[in-house]
Amino acid sequence: MVIRTDRLSFHFGDQQVVKSVSLEVPQGSIYGFLGPNGAGKTTTIKLLLNLLHAENGTIQIFDKDLQTNRIEILSQIGSLIEQPAIYGHLTGKENLCNRALLLQVPAERVDEMLELVRLKSAANKKAKQYSLGMKQRLGIALALLSDPKLIILDEPTNGLDPNGIIEIRQLLIRLVKEHGKTVFISSHLLAEIERMATHVGIINHGDLVFQGTIDELAGLSKPLVQIEVDNGVDAANLLTRNGYTINGIEENTLLLPYTSKEDTGKMNALLNQNSYMVYSIGKVQKDLENLFLDITQNT
Amino acid sequence: MKGFILSLRSEFYKSRKTMGFWCAVILPLIIVGLIFIGFLTHPGNLSKYPGMALWMFYVAPISVIMGNLLLPMYIIFASYSVNAMEHKADTWKTLFTLPISKWSVYTAKYVFAMFLLFLCLLLFYLFLLGSGNLLGVLKPELKFYDYHVESYLAQVYTKLFLVSLGILSLQFLMSLLWSDFIKPMGIGFVCTIAGLIAVGVGWQYAYFIPYAAPALANSPLKSNNNTAHNSGVPHLTVDMFTKEVWVSLVVAAVVFILGFFIVQKKSVK
Repeated sequence: MVIRTDRLSFHFGDQQVVKSVSLEVPQGSIYGFLGPNGAGKTTTIKLLLNLLHAENGTIQIFDKDLQTNRIEILSQIGSLIEQPAIYGHLTGKENLCNRALLLQVPAERVDEMLELVRLKSAANKKAKQYSLGMKQRLGIALALLSDPKLIILDEPTNGLDPNGIIEIRQLLIRLVKEHGKTVFISSHLLAEIERMATHVGIINHGDLVFQGTIDELAGLSKPLVQIEVDNGVDAANLLTRNGYTINGIEENTLLLPYTSKEDTGKMNALLNQNSYMVYSIGKVQKDLENLFLDITQNT
Repeated sequence: MKGFILSLRSEFYKSRKTMGFWCAVILPLIIVGLIFIGFLTHPGNLSKYPGMALWMFYVAPISVIMGNLLLPMYIIFASYSVNAMEHKADTWKTLFTLPISKWSVYTAKYVFAMFLLFLCLLLFYLFLLGSGNLLGVLKPELKFYDYHVESYLAQVYTKLFLVSLGILSLQFLMSLLWSDFIKPMGIGFVCTIAGLIAVGVGWQYAYFIPYAAPALANSPLKSNNNTAHNSGVPHLTVDMFTKEVWVSLVVAAVVFILGFFIVQKKSVK
């Protein structure tokens, strides 16, 4: 495991922000760390970077204890936390040069990074004149500058346009697949993560409510029978009287738990026998977005 | 040590385009420039004075104003400027996630603030000497060349530097902890006024107030500075390690170390 935390806890004043969180981030994964705003994502990331000190629990990164190996571990991490930290009075290039100086990275790397995040033409412009998206791209360049093994990004696509989001996604996938990096990326939008994440952790009110592969998350979604009829409310009443459970009803579309093909056939027959017109009937899977909402709303 | 040097180089790199840095250059340039122009255009009856007295007329007003007000205010501003850069850009979190010890980051910042103070005083010294000698050339009737003030002036400015370190440490810590300018500026200003009053009324324990130290350090400039020299030429000296200098150095060391422990424990929220 690249990151392994054991019952990590933290509170601000009376408010418990992180509750006994045990993360497991495998090497070579893109770990999507999801949760609504205020769920504890940024606090957890700050704990992982030793910016906050955990009150309980331990953090191991690259199988070493963070408290006792802080500098060695940090030398292999590139990070972007919340909004990018950029000196507005310096140009984009100077921001990178300053970081290169601190990290003892060759100057050529600065140009490579500017190229990578498409900021070459704005390299000599003061960073305070950058748009939010440009600042975000510069923040990503700063995080990648030292060619770190582990990249920790906190909501990196904030402020990016759809093209920018796609570019960042492709870049991260490439870094993992071709260069063996590990990416830990937080977001409050599952849709943004699901196309690249190999693993997912969902945090809500400081609790880690789900952790596993993206397939395991999809597996949590229970199949449903979706029926489209001419009179939804009456059809739902009929089905209820016959012992079926209605999960949801929207206009004339009903959702019921799926048990078997035979049972689906029986539902269809029952509706037909009672003169309801069935326009469509079939098995559906809840999409990840709804699943994510279910998980975070029910905890 | 490597981390400290890298951090210090980065401080230079980041600050070269900030007002905090340029003030260290512009402030002595403007103030010495003004007095230079004053002497040049309105020499009055200055030509009747000997070299030593001329130098005193030239140097004393700046040094007194500086010790009383300008120096504490400059320190307040320089300490703020060094830390405000990080508060403004929200870069503390970046500095503390670098593979560099917090001690190195903190010390480099402090040393850079100290460098700004040193640079400012050094430039005052050099500009005063240079412009005084230039006046002697441009207006030969002003007998600046009669007296060599270099050594004495160096002692005055060295002492001003040493007595300022206490204020520097206090202001540096306040600016590190608070992101707004009002708190460290307000506290620093009130303390400076309190220090001036304490010195003004001749309070015997005024030397315990770090903010009073520059004003106290200036006292020998105004009096008690003549000692007979073997050659008969008046010789000026500065009593370097006076009580206020020791208090300043102790306060500087204690607050600097205390500051580090605060930084070490400080969470970046």
